[in-house]
Amino acid sequence: MRAYTPKDNVQKKPYYTDRYWVAPQVAKHDVSSDEVFAADLEAIKAKFEVLDAYIQVEQMVVVINAHDNFAVIEMLKNERQYNQLSEMSAIDWLASEGKFEIFYQMLSMSKRKRLRIKCKISEKESIQSVEKLFRSADWSEREMYDMFGVVVNNHPFMKRILMPDDWEGFPLRKTYPLQGDEFAAWYEVDKIFGKEAREIIGPENRDPARIDRYDTERFARLGHEVPRGTDITHGEPDTPLVYQENEGVFMIEKFDAQKSVVISDRHR
Amino acid sequence: MQQSNRLRPFFENITFDRVDNEMILNFGPQHPSAHGQLRLMLHMQQEQITKAHPDIGYLHRGMEKMAENMIYNEFMPTTDRMDYIASSSNNYGFALAVERLIGLEVPRRAKVIRMMLLETNRLMSHLFWLATTALDIGAMTVFLFAFREREYLMDLIEDYCGARLTHSAVRIGGVPLDLPDNFIGDLRKFLDKLPENIKDYEDLLDTNRIWLMRMENVGVISKEMALSWGCSGVMLRASGVEWDIRKEEPYELYDEVEFNVPVSDKGDNYARYKLYMAEMRESAKILYQVLDMYPDTEPALMAHAPQYISAPKLDIMTQNYSLMQHFVLVTQGMRPPVGEVYIPTESPKGELGYYINSQGGAYPYRLKLRAPSFWHTGILTDLLPGHYIPDVVSIIGTTNIVFGEVDR
Repeated sequence: MRAYTPKDNVQKKPYYTDRYWVAPQVAKHDVSSDEVFAADLEAIKAKFEVLDAYIQVEQMVVVINAHDNFAVIEMLKNERQYNQLSEMSAIDWLASEGKFEIFYQMLSMSKRKRLRIKCKISEKESIQSVEKLFRSADWSEREMYDMFGVVVNNHPFMKRILMPDDWEGFPLRKTYPLQGDEFAAWYEVDKIFGKEAREIIGPENRDPARIDRYDTERFARLGHEVPRGTDITHGEPDTPLVYQENEGVFMIEKFDAQKSVVISDRHR
Repeated sequence: MQQSNRLRPFFENITFDRVDNEMILNFGPQHPSAHGQLRLMLHMQQEQITKAHPDIGYLHRGMEKMAENMIYNEFMPTTDRMDYIASSSNNYGFALAVERLIGLEVPRRAKVIRMMLLETNRLMSHLFWLATTALDIGAMTVFLFAFREREYLMDLIEDYCGARLTHSAVRIGGVPLDLPDNFIGDLRKFLDKLPENIKDYEDLLDTNRIWLMRMENVGVISKEMALSWGCSGVMLRASGVEWDIRKEEPYELYDEVEFNVPVSDKGDNYARYKLYMAEMRESAKILYQVLDMYPDTEPALMAHAPQYISAPKLDIMTQNYSLMQHFVLVTQGMRPPVGEVYIPTESPKGELGYYINSQGGAYPYRLKLRAPSFWHTGILTDLLPGHYIPDVVSIIGTTNIVFGEVDR
């Protein structure tokens, strides 16, 4: 019987798992332990529903509803001096919850504080763009769409950014294999020669890791060189090694350890 | 009739309204002064740019995907390939993020060595920036001068870790090696000469008519624009925002050393050039102080945390339990606690941040690389319109983008 491979998460799995292992947690502190964050959280709570809030590794994390994202970030920018959106992206929880988690990493330079706004949307939902507030979200949201397929509404130029425009699949989803899927393997062939060329070229030529040990056309075997194109499937012929410097090549001398000099100081 | 063996002309689904005189210029992706694989689609009115579309992704290697399929220590050499001009700062950012996730304290000597690596990397990066930008603008001499100094630094790093470009010289929990005997003396010799060298560059450039024409009042980024586009590092400080993560949110020993954060409110190419030069002097200042710190430190190089970090080689070779720990950590990898961190560091290019979401496994559940150059490329969309073709080269130069970092 073939080994079971889950289809919803094809990421590499550890080969050894200890079923009694209980992973420790990074400490979550109460927001009231930090005055600045407590005030920020109060301001958010006054207008929006906050699902969870805590401080982890000196940064506040606020979990909100996905439809509030624009309004919350607008308020943080305009009223709470969070003047930069340093990063935003998504996390794929489709396998366990059927949702994407989207995080906005914000920085307040005047308060020297960083906080993270998080929200969850399901696979079919889309999220509001914050590009009107922070231009940096323009490219981040495009990257998020490119990598996860999270559609962003009201974005001026919703288009793939890192992958080619006609790419199929979203590389950072857990369902996408690390080596790429079939579409990825044949992308260039399909595009340049057309799908019908797949058979002529053959799947073995699309495997970048493939090495044919009998192929003397494309692979040189160091120390066992034979003339190009020799058939070595039935044992290889003896090919005497001739080094070119033995013949006397202009400017090239054979290395002589006796004559070499070790330089101790490089005159820095 | 479409020929099946030709690439179809492919304009990325952009529809161009036909306006007379408008020309579309494809800058790159193999343009020598695009600093890597940047493709710019420029809409031109005569010589003036009306619209710019930076197109990236030519160097995309899927590092975030790779990270999800690797143990933490395995990912360290991959970080080298981001900003390959200053790879130790990438190594360091990743190591710091994992250490904060675990809650590790690194021995003081390791901190001192890391500071030396970080600042030599900053010098290397800034020298490289100066060399390539000057070359783009046509100043061949500066290129040769700056590469000469960078070569000394690369030799120094080579003495330390054996590699010149992809150092992997930082480990999670400390540094792998102590400094070689000649390192401090050589670095001091280099630093003693550096002010003269910087003066040489400035003598060549500061009052150079061509340099000034290409740099002054070109590529002006306003404060609002820099903040909105998520700029960091010199790109932000040249626009009048005094924000250096080393100063504001100090990590390692940056709170123990004295240095200034040069700021300018001009926001143009020339301001950025001046800041790079000033930062090199500040780096030298930091390095002098760190060199003095080194002799007073204990010899320990790696943090003691058997659950996460392998014991020193001597213990591994003599004690059975250390060997077992080491075996487990190498074959299965460390398992940090469940949680998430975002740790920013001030890399030579700007704010380099690592977001790690750990679910208690040996592989990170999600790792997001916040590379400064990504946004410094994005800002070209808003920055280039209104400029002329030659300005494109000098603007790309001073944004100091590296494509290993943009595309990841």
